Amino acid sequence: MQKFSVKDIVAIAIGAALFFVLGRFVAIPSPVPNTNISTQYGVLALIGAAFGPLVAVLAGLIGHALIDFSYGWGIWWSWVIASGVAGLIMGFSKRSVKLSEEKFDKAKIVKFNVFQIIAHLVAWVVVAPVLDIAMYAEPVNKVFVQGLVAACANIVTTAIIGTILCAAYSAAKPKKDSLEKK
Amino acid sequence: MMNIFNYIERKSPVHAMTGASKLLCLLLWSFGAMSSFDPRFLLGLLLVALVLFKISKIGVKDVQFMLWFTMAFCLLNNLLIYLFSPQHGVEIYGTCHELVHLAGRYNITAEQLLYHLNVVLKYLATIPIVLLFVTTTDPSEFASSLNRIGVNYKIAYSVALALRYIPDIQREYHDITLSLQARGVEMNRKKAALISRLKTASGTLVPLILSSMDRIEVISNAMELRSFGKNKKRTWYRARPFGAWDIGAILLGLAVLLLSVALSAFVNHGRYYNPF
Amino acid sequence: MEPIISFKDFGFKYSVQKEPTLHHIDLDIYPGEKILIAGPSGCGKSTLVSCLNGLAPFAYAGEYTGSLKIRGREARDTDIFERSKVIGTVLQDSDAQFVGLTVAEDIAFALENDQVEVDAMHERVREVAGLVNVQGHLQHAPGDLSGGQKQRVSLAGVLVDDVDVLLFDEPLANLDPATGESAIELIDRIGRDGGKTVIIIEHRLEDVLHRDIDRVILMDEGRILADMSPRELLCSDLLSRTGIREPLYITALKYAGVTVRPDICPEHIETLRLSEDDRAKVRDWFEHLPDPAPNELGEALLDAENISFAYPNGHQALEDISFSVRRGEMTAIAGRNGAGKSTMCKLICGFEKQQKGRILLAGEDAADLSIKERAEHVGYVMQNPNQMISKVFIKDEVGLGLVLRGRSAEEIDAAVEETLKTCSLSPFIDWPVSALSYGQKKRVTIASILSLRPDMIMLDEPTAGQDFRRYTEIMEFLEELNRSGVTVVLITHDMHLMLEYAHRTLVFSEGHLLADDTPAAVLSDPALIEAASLKKTSLYDLAGLCGIGDPKAFTARFIESDRKARRTP
Repeated sequence: MQKFSVKDIVAIAIGAALFFVLGRFVAIPSPVPNTNISTQYGVLALIGAAFGPLVAVLAGLIGHALIDFSYGWGIWWSWVIASGVAGLIMGFSKRSVKLSEEKFDKAKIVKFNVFQIIAHLVAWVVVAPVLDIAMYAEPVNKVFVQGLVAACANIVTTAIIGTILCAAYSAAKPKKDSLEKK
Repeated sequence: MMNIFNYIERKSPVHAMTGASKLLCLLLWSFGAMSSFDPRFLLGLLLVALVLFKISKIGVKDVQFMLWFTMAFCLLNNLLIYLFSPQHGVEIYGTCHELVHLAGRYNITAEQLLYHLNVVLKYLATIPIVLLFVTTTDPSEFASSLNRIGVNYKIAYSVALALRYIPDIQREYHDITLSLQARGVEMNRKKAALISRLKTASGTLVPLILSSMDRIEVISNAMELRSFGKNKKRTWYRARPFGAWDIGAILLGLAVLLLSVALSAFVNHGRYYNPF
Repeated sequence: MEPIISFKDFGFKYSVQKEPTLHHIDLDIYPGEKILIAGPSGCGKSTLVSCLNGLAPFAYAGEYTGSLKIRGREARDTDIFERSKVIGTVLQDSDAQFVGLTVAEDIAFALENDQVEVDAMHERVREVAGLVNVQGHLQHAPGDLSGGQKQRVSLAGVLVDDVDVLLFDEPLANLDPATGESAIELIDRIGRDGGKTVIIIEHRLEDVLHRDIDRVILMDEGRILADMSPRELLCSDLLSRTGIREPLYITALKYAGVTVRPDICPEHIETLRLSEDDRAKVRDWFEHLPDPAPNELGEALLDAENISFAYPNGHQALEDISFSVRRGEMTAIAGRNGAGKSTMCKLICGFEKQQKGRILLAGEDAADLSIKERAEHVGYVMQNPNQMISKVFIKDEVGLGLVLRGRSAEEIDAAVEETLKTCSLSPFIDWPVSALSYGQKKRVTIASILSLRPDMIMLDEPTAGQDFRRYTEIMEFLEELNRSGVTVVLITHDMHLMLEYAHRTLVFSEGHLLADDTPAAVLSDPALIEAASLKKTSLYDLAGLCGIGDPKAFTARFIESDRKARRTP
């Protein structure tokens, strides 16, 4: 645990704060009535790709728990943990994407998205429903359908928002390529 | 700070307790309530919770906004459970007492009703405690509480930092949205396709994320220059000594969890109380 | 006496860079000294600071050459924590340095990390809060504090450690003039009373010299160019050579043909001792300058009529405000933080709606216009360019507003090309925004607003945190735009900026419009200056010193001739 650098700690905090603000206040209505698109997973994917699994798992856990606290509806541990797991797996993309060192090209975009798709599938189709059944004895078909819907929505969101954010972040980091004036 | 966590400053024994004991009590309590499907036990928890609410001098009016959210959430969840699995109760309790037949597999059974009662009671038994925790715990004290119940201090501090920068990030997001609206970005176009809506959202997120990334660097420098991470432990300005009420809260939490486990192990022989 | 800090043939190279950033630094700083380090952006002064407090190489990897001793110990043998007990750093960004949820917790931060007991901690926090006068705000959150208060909290946060050296990185960058003045007084008092060594990094020379400085270290291109007393420095021509702004009264003296020499004590306007001959020169120069021609006023572009506005929390932000902006003007809106300047701009842009009064844009009531429609009349440029840029490439960023308005591709290309040309950004048309410097980014954000062809642009603190060179670059660009017909409104608390560039100043204070006059008139009115937290210029005092009865005319004429001098280099 002592291995966290101060920068990692701040990244967890800012990641969680962003997760909170987007999850709590930024509502993009989705085509399905009464549901909103969770833009925060796009940001969590970037935090993962930039800072790695340990930072992203904590940013996801803390951010999600704070959202639950602020609504006052109790903490849904199953979904909080699932957000953490999503962050964890997306964080494993750090090594292959190398946002700050290399260009975020097509191959990297594919790799990044493979990680995020696996992450969302594991988090929402495996972890969240299994925990829901174990902890709250909810009906099996209900939790798996819920999980599947969430996974699909989050995969699409992350594919667009996460990819755009990674591209912008990578471009903002100075690389060694030379630029020519026109 | 902007009152997102609805801390309400009052003078009461619950306010005077340390955040650590309240958090521990909340965790034990919610695990206790989560694991049991015995309505008698859950009803008992609800009554104790209401008494605690009274002691804390927090009124229903103070929390009605959060209560409203929770009730809507509870209703929706129950509806979904019924739609997906009208026979869930029958599966759990192994008997079928049909009260009303609707259509196809959709009927109303006593077993299903008991299951739903359990779900609703779980909400009702946990929510007052969560609301109590949020309204009576100063956010400043939260991080030191986490540390005291065993969370690594660096991670505990990251929670405090998140709370510190949420209002700043919220303000910044608001400013960015306004300036982009002036450029012609429309945030809530109902008619636009999903993909283009997501792209619009990314447009506002890019400046927010890039400036947040810069912020990470400056803040971590500032913290390092003031010795953060130097030692294996740290003290907390807001830490308070444990009092009798704190011990009481932890014992209460423990009692709830033990009772829940004992009920399952010796009385109900499983998580469910089965009258059928 | 032993120096507390001693650089000997010191150099530093960042790992990520090819060339060293600092070369052959030789500098001794003695206990109790008060030092100012000045120099243009990129001169290496920030790196020097990082080497002192240990951020380089602990946070920014790199290598030392030569030797740096702090309290006699070789720096490479100490870590960042050990150094922070000797040298306390107050960073420029007081929002980032404020890591606690409340003032008290933030001050206690270093003590917490050193595992000080709770009771001792509370006592020490109270004591230090008293030193910097924030004891009344201990339970406040950062959002409830002004910029000056946040900075004092930052100072308290390093004073709890009883450090020997206080290091201030651009302490004036985010403060209004009056607050800046009291910050300089506070730094002076804390340094003297506590017997501390004080090192200030700042390019606002005149403001820092408000209180005595022992030595000024002038840096350029990674080297020390000069190490001398302020008096010697002001008598040399080093400042204008390195692009650091001289105090205004020194510039005026030079224009008048007075030789700036040690015996006139040039370091403060208060101590300046001019001979009768010098004074006659200044008077003579003043009398031979023409009064600036009054501006030709165009038709009204923006009219605010009896505007009142209160926020939902009940805070009355504006009360009965009326003014107009005419086509072709360059107007400054001044006042301290919270005076209502930004709220006024939000109302003009349509971000908020006034409860009373109306806003006319080119004679038409703006009430029915959406934010998007208003943007075609009035463009708003935020303070920090990073908060506005949402595209990777410059071309896309500048064309965004047009794309969103559904213009054709050819039309967009033509408009983008032309706007980039106006903003001297044509060579960069295919570049990513991230490859640009701060000043260039600022121009990209201005270009992205200009591409919609608004009649008027409003800029929030366009030069905040910029050194004189970049400041001049940004302001001259805006002046050129203005000459080409764009009406410009600047929200600022920088007095130099309004003096030098604005035709007119609107002064806000606590939700009221206190004055609507020329900058020279505003800054020559002591009562107004006091009410709006501005600062009178040293030109005002110089006029008095030379027996010139009309300081307003003196200021106005000086500015006019200074503008001309700058235009013909």
